[in-house]
Amino acid sequence: MYVVVVGAGKVGWNLTRELIGRGNEVTVVESDSSRYATVEEELEHAAQYGDGSELWVLERAGIERADMVIAVTGDDEDNILICQVAREKYGVERVIARCNNPRNLQHFKLLDVGPAVSATDLILRLIEHEVPRYGFLHLLDLPRERLEIIEVEVGPGSPADGSTIQDLGLPDGALAIAILRDGTGFVPLADSVIEAGDEVLVVLDTGLEDKISPQFRAPEGAPAS
Amino acid sequence: MFVLIVGCGRVGSAVARSMLAEGHEVSVLDEDPEAIAQLEKGGEHTWVDQGGSFTVGTALEIEALEAAGIDRADAFVASTDGDNTNLVIAQIAKKRYGVKTVVVRVLDPARATWYEQQGLRTVCPTKIAIDMLDDAVREAVA
Repeated sequence: MYVVVVGAGKVGWNLTRELIGRGNEVTVVESDSSRYATVEEELEHAAQYGDGSELWVLERAGIERADMVIAVTGDDEDNILICQVAREKYGVERVIARCNNPRNLQHFKLLDVGPAVSATDLILRLIEHEVPRYGFLHLLDLPRERLEIIEVEVGPGSPADGSTIQDLGLPDGALAIAILRDGTGFVPLADSVIEAGDEVLVVLDTGLEDKISPQFRAPEGAPAS
Repeated sequence: MFVLIVGCGRVGSAVARSMLAEGHEVSVLDEDPEAIAQLEKGGEHTWVDQGGSFTVGTALEIEALEAAGIDRADAFVASTDGDNTNLVIAQIAKKRYGVKTVVVRVLDPARATWYEQQGLRTVCPTKIAIDMLDDAVREAVA
């Protein structure tokens, strides 16, 4: 696979090294001359100097024959632009963008640039996972396939509390695939009973969350678990 | 007409002043609170006294764009000093907020040309300068 990486900061440099180590052909583009000099010492011809949001720089890096473009600069607008032109102008099939400020994720989504990876957002999700709050936790989003996997906590007294999987009556397009209880998890059978405090993993079509949430929500005024 | 201008440098501020002078409602967004001075240069009255509005915030911040009135803008001008920033916020104005008239300043002719082909109204000062210089030289030698 031929990969063009834009941005040779910590992420871009390590990524390039790993990709080369796995047998890929890689070019990494860096716009800061002293950083480029450092990186070039190790990566030699795999490193190119230039502003990766300039089209001629991308062309020199061989974007037209790239199987994948990864934009990992420190500027979200640059990463958006690079991925946009990679896909729409040069027909690159797979792009991955780094999103530095998780508040900018909405812009990546709006302009259909992605997947967009935000380290801050990933860490925030891990924190939420460690300190569960009421509500959903998105474990995996597959926007192109329009599927997602969520984790939802069973509220005491909710319709799900004490119900079997088959009686729970999740809508079409949603399936409970695992129950996490007391630190372990299992794949439920139709007659497995759900308990308050369980965390249920559900795979579902994008947009079905609102139909599912009432099943797991404790009645108004009930004490939190 | 309500015009939102993002980026209050020499270009953005000059466009803002002339639009306000023509009687339009003008809102300006810039990350630098001092940039308002560009709007008041040489005048006796403050920008706000003249009826303009000014918001401090970065261009990609939705809260700042909304505080500056993007959701009711008739026209949007992207004139920050970053081509990529301008191209991204112009697409946000168009796609997310449905702003009818969106104009983007792009210094790099290559990006300006390609995004123009994608349906964005781009203005490329570099291309204009090239054409003018070219004409000037031809005239001088003719």
